[in-house]
This record gives sequence, structure tokens and C-alpha cells, in this order.
Amino acid sequence: MKKNTNWEYAPAPEAAKIAKIAKRYDHFINGKWTPSQSGKTFRTINPATGRKLSEVADGNDADVDAAVKAARAAYEGLWGKMSGRERGKYIYRIARLMQERAREFSIIETLDGGKPIRESRDIDVPLAANHFFYTAGWADKLEYAFPNRNPSALGVAGQIIPWNFPLLMAAWKIAPALATGNTVVLKPAETTPLTALKLAEIIADSGLPEGVVNIVTGAGTTGAAIVNHPDVNKVAFTGSTSVGKFIQQTIANTDKRVTLELGGKAANIILEDAAIDQAVEGIVNGIYFNQGHVCCAGSRLFIQESVYEEVIWKLKSRMRTLVVGDPLDKNTDIGAINSKEQLKTIQKYIQLGQEQGGDMYQPTCKLPSAGNWCPPTLFTHVTQSSVIAQEEIFGPVLAAQSFRTVPEVISKANNTPYGLSAGVWCDKGARLFQLTTQLDAGVVWGNTFNQFDPASPFGGFKESGFGREGGLHGLAAYLEM
Amino acid sequence: MAKSSTTFRYDYAQSPPVDQVGIAERAARFTTRSIKTSTKREGLNMVLNMIDLTTLEGADTPRKVQQLCYKAGHLHDAIPGLPHTAAVCVYPPFVKVARKALGNRSPIKIASVATGFPSGHLTLEGKREETKRAVGDGADEVDMVISRGRFLSGDYDYVFDEIAAIKEACGKARLKVILETGELATLDNVRRASDIAIHAGADFIKTSTGKISSAATIPVTLVMLLAIRDYHFKSGNMVGMKPAGGISKSKLALHYLVMVKETLGPEWLSNEWFRFGASSLANDVLMQIAKIESGGAYQSPCYFSQD
Repeated sequence: MKKNTNWEYAPAPEAAKIAKIAKRYDHFINGKWTPSQSGKTFRTINPATGRKLSEVADGNDADVDAAVKAARAAYEGLWGKMSGRERGKYIYRIARLMQERAREFSIIETLDGGKPIRESRDIDVPLAANHFFYTAGWADKLEYAFPNRNPSALGVAGQIIPWNFPLLMAAWKIAPALATGNTVVLKPAETTPLTALKLAEIIADSGLPEGVVNIVTGAGTTGAAIVNHPDVNKVAFTGSTSVGKFIQQTIANTDKRVTLELGGKAANIILEDAAIDQAVEGIVNGIYFNQGHVCCAGSRLFIQESVYEEVIWKLKSRMRTLVVGDPLDKNTDIGAINSKEQLKTIQKYIQLGQEQGGDMYQPTCKLPSAGNWCPPTLFTHVTQSSVIAQEEIFGPVLAAQSFRTVPEVISKANNTPYGLSAGVWCDKGARLFQLTTQLDAGVVWGNTFNQFDPASPFGGFKESGFGREGGLHGLAAYLEM
Repeated sequence: MAKSSTTFRYDYAQSPPVDQVGIAERAARFTTRSIKTSTKREGLNMVLNMIDLTTLEGADTPRKVQQLCYKAGHLHDAIPGLPHTAAVCVYPPFVKVARKALGNRSPIKIASVATGFPSGHLTLEGKREETKRAVGDGADEVDMVISRGRFLSGDYDYVFDEIAAIKEACGKARLKVILETGELATLDNVRRASDIAIHAGADFIKTSTGKISSAATIPVTLVMLLAIRDYHFKSGNMVGMKPAGGISKSKLALHYLVMVKETLGPEWLSNEWFRFGASSLANDVLMQIAKIESGGAYQSPCYFSQD
């Protein structure tokens, strides 16, 4: 037998042909597939190959207006009068249909967005179905969820979602809106519209009354049309901080409700008594999950100085085992960067990180020739004032610093305009909670990272936005009380 | 091959904490690796070549041990080119029988359990005596059990000294130290026992005797591999790993190889540094190989010899 064989993994691709993707997708308005009134379309491409997947309708003000009118009519009609129990049945049905077609959904999510099939299969799609299941159960129990507060729906919800978790974000937005009796106009991101459109197919199959969920595709101007529409009662947005600020300015003079889930620059703090090997796993999961396209990514690593060297060698060694490449391959850990533009942004930050004196480490990995790729990247000896420690990169780039004392790391961790998430690794429970209570972040994970559950509220402070999604807090955001 | 016993004391308080939830998560990741085509075929061959073909029953007979020795070198002659197993593993009284059956120039090692296997309840003198006799009878490797009672009572020095004493009694034979992780209660204990065994001179650390129900698992093996990795990083010395008991399916065995490769690196992917202690695993691997060789048809278990 050969000794010291490297035993590389042979390709193990998921079967792309299982996914049925139409040549063209129209808007889903009032239960019908409706072409753009302008007739315009745009292409959605596979970021791992650069090839076109489909043509998608490009929505303008008139398309958005038609969608909002349909949503208003549904709200004033059947849906608004329906009992919570009946609404719940539809939501359960959507959840079950999504489970039944989970494999197809995960393949399309991976084709359209570039994330590894392991993640779309094990995380995105099951979690999206779970959100529908979870909120379906609350639909007829809202009076018990919010006792003595007479909860009632708001009306038409305009929802705009990002490209990093296309289906999951659609579920986070649509499920609570339906459970609380609202109707929906949703715009998926222009680089990743396909799973939201497949969700529309499921919604049609479920028999949900026409106009309750409308999906309009397009880029920023389409989103602006939703935000600006006078008959929208609530705007829910997940995306960049700059767009979030714009939305707040736009609706400042109206009575529209708004929740914003924006950027982040999370601190992941490793104390010296932590279980180091498991912390390293959490660091990897925190920053390299979904190519780092995660608003709550643990992109700032703070390591107590006595274990700094150990954490860094173990982290580098773990990075060498990450498989970068074809997102459809079941062994891939890091897939394709979502778009050319995002890749350029990430590369700009990597360049800046080097110019500003950080030591860069990237494991050698064979990258495919076509498509958008970025190997997992670690910067050590980063200073708190350098750009890569301050700005959200939204890519697989980690900035590591050391610290000596707990008060020092608390002030460094909070020294950011963002406040979405944070992680602390520590073997002593009391110390862990003492530290976590002092971090200004909406979600703080202890000895784990990037854990999501439909029952757990998620959202940020400061420039990471406001409002919560998930749990009862997520339902409250769609209720008048 | 066998490295000399380290002489310095190990500070047991330095064993790092182990987060059970984190270990379970990492362990689950290994099982999502998809091992296909050439990687699978190559992996199955490696597994065969890493097996310590084992019989440890009260009802063992010289004849059975002879059969086992023949099987170790002739796993399934219907398929040419298969490797032999790494070793046969027997009780001490059968070492002579095995040596006679295999001859003196066999590449197949003879491993003997020793030190009052499986309970370990024997005097230290008796343990040394048993070890010396097994090695004198021709054992290449000794699989000892640690005194779990002493370990659990906190008498780590005793456990360390005992392992060092057996290591000395082994002479040139390689020493595998069985922690019996199913009796150690926590992963923190597994880590500490691994550190003690490694520093006391173990050439291999091994999970289990196979005599109690909780034997080798992926999380427990991962904790032990991490101890080996940390020791290698600090000292440059390699230590082997042997999960034993409860690994009877090819797919699970391949996931163990994934774990070894991703935790310690491909240098450990040989029977010098990694073993499976198993009796029924070999036939399951042979069935998988026969299926691949025959173009996808499973064959009846009755085509494979049971020894």
C-alpha cells in the first residue's frame, strides 16, 4: 500500500439537472405570472461558471404598483377576514411543500448564489421551511402571544431581501407577515432571484389566495418603488447600511413602519481558558460560512495574548483543510463569491489590508478558472484603526488582533458603528456571562457562532439596524397593538 | 520504530478543556464528506491494511487463531491484489500459535492484549510479567489497558508510572494504550488520559477494549487525535491512533479516515500510525470492494469467509 498518500477527495457533485429552471421568469402578481410592463428583463448568472441561468423580469414603478394593488385587494378581501387558524393551514402547506422539494431548492440556491450545496442543503432550505412551520403555529394564537394587546395586521408589507441567503431571507420576511395576517410584496436581490420565484411556484401550488404574496424582481430602482409606494404600510429591509439609511430618509415623512437588518462587523472573542480547538472551529464557521457573505459574520477576531500563537497555528492548519471550489460538490466548504462586483470589493479590502501592514495568510488552493473565487483569508497583527478592522467586507476575510485584559477587549469589541452579533469563547460560565452582557450586539453567542433558530429573535443595534426577526419579536414587527 | 519513553513528568492540569457540543459538531462534519469513486476504492484498501484482525473471546482456540492468521494474509483471494491486514490481535496465550502460523518474516504484526485485559485488575508485577512473556513469545505490539479506577480517583501519577513501566517491559515491541473511554465519563477525562498515555511513552493510544457497550465513537476519537496533534506540534514526535470496537461498516471506517486526514494530515494515513481494532469490519469492506469490482452488484455474505 502506498504510504503518505494525500487521499484527495474525488469529485462528488450534486445532480444539477434535477433543478428545473425556466428560460424566463415573470413577476408573480395576483397569483399570475406577469411580464414587466416595460418588457425589460435582466440575466441571472451562476457565479461559479459565469454562465446565464435564466432571464428575469425587470420591475418598474408600474409593476410595483400592480403588485401593491393586488396585495391591498387581497388584504381588504379574503385574507384580511380569514381566521388565524385558516391562515395557519396555508402556511403549514407552504412549509411542507418546501420540505418535499428541498433538494431542488438547495440545488437552485447553490447554482444561483454560489454557496456550497452542503450549506444550502443542511442549513438554508431546512431553516427556511422551519420558519414557515414555526410561524404557522402562532397564526391562531396571536392573542395568547400578546395578551390584552389586541394584535391586528398592519396591511401591505413591502419587503426587500439580500443575495446572501435568498430563500431563507424570503422565509424570514414572508412567514411572519402571513401568520400575522398581512399581505406581501417582496423583491429578491437581482443577483439571486430564482429561489424566491420557485417559492412563488410553491405558493401557487398551496392554493394561497391570489395577491397575498406578490414577488417583483429587479434591482435598486424596483426596491425604491416599493419603499416609495404610498399604499405600503410596512417596509422590511435586509441589506447594506447605506441603503438602510436611504430607506429611513425616504419614509421619514410617512406613517410607514420599518424594520432594518443591516451590516455588521462582529467581534469573536477567544479567552485564554477556552476550548481552543472548538473555538477554532467556531472562528472558521463564523467567518468562512457562506464565503463570509453573512451580516453577522465574526469578521473581527480577538485572541487573548497567552493563547494567540496557539489559536493562529491551529486556525491556519484548519484553513488548509477547507475545500474551495465547485459549490455543487458535496465536499466543498467555500463556494463562489456571489458576483464580480462583490469579488472586486473583497479584493480591494485584501489589498488595503496588506498596504496597512497586516500579515496576510491564504492557504494554497486550486481555484477553478471560470467564476468568482476568493480563498479563505486571515490577517494577523491587524490594528484597530485599519480599514479591514473597521469596515464590513462581506467576504472570507478575517482580521485578527490580540488583547490582554477583558475590559480592553470589551472596549475594542464595542468600538464599531455596528452592533449585530458577537461571539465569546470561554470555559467558565460566570466569566462568559459577565462579558457577554457588556457587548453592544443584538445577538451574542457563547461557545458557538452562527446559530439560527426560528424561535430566537435576530437583529441589531446602532448601524446594524433595528427591529427583530424570528420569535415573538419577529411577529410583533408585523402587528398593530 | 518504537520511540523511547519520555522521562519528564507531564503537568496534568495543563490538559485543555474540551467542549462536548463543539466536538459533536465537528465530528458530524466529517460524516458529511462524500467519498466517491477512486477515493472510495483507495480508502477501502487503506482500511483493510489498517485492520488489527481481532479475536478476544473466552472460547478462542489455537485452531481459531491459526485461521485468523491465514485470513489476515488472504482476505479474499477471489479478488487479486488485496492488501493484508496490519496485524492480528489475540490474548497472550495465543501469541506463540500466531507466531508459528505467520512465521518470522511475515509483514503481518502480532498484537497481544496484556496487563489483565480487559479489566486491568492485576498487580503491576503481574502486568509486567504478562507483557514480557507476550513479547518473548513473539508479539510485535502490546495492547495494554490503563487502570481506570486509579484514573477516575485522580491518581494520575499511578496511571502514568504504570504505563511507563509497561513501556519498559515492552522492549522493542510497540505499545498501544487502551483508555477504555466508555468508562471515563467525560471528554475532558478522555483528553487527560490521552495526554498521560502519550507522555508516558505510548506508541499508540486506543479507545476501547471492545468489551463494554460504549466503544469507539467519532467524537471520542477526535478528542484523542487532537491530543496527538498537539503533542506532535510541541515535540515533533508522531503517535498512532487505534479506535476499537463498534466500527463494523465500511462507510463509518471511511469517515474515520476523513477525520484522520483532516485532523492530523495524510502522513497518518498508514498502518504505522492508524489502526482499526475490529473483527467484522474486514468482511464489510470486502463486500464493498467486491461490489465495486463486479460493477455494482452486492454479493451474498456467504461468499466471504468468517473466521
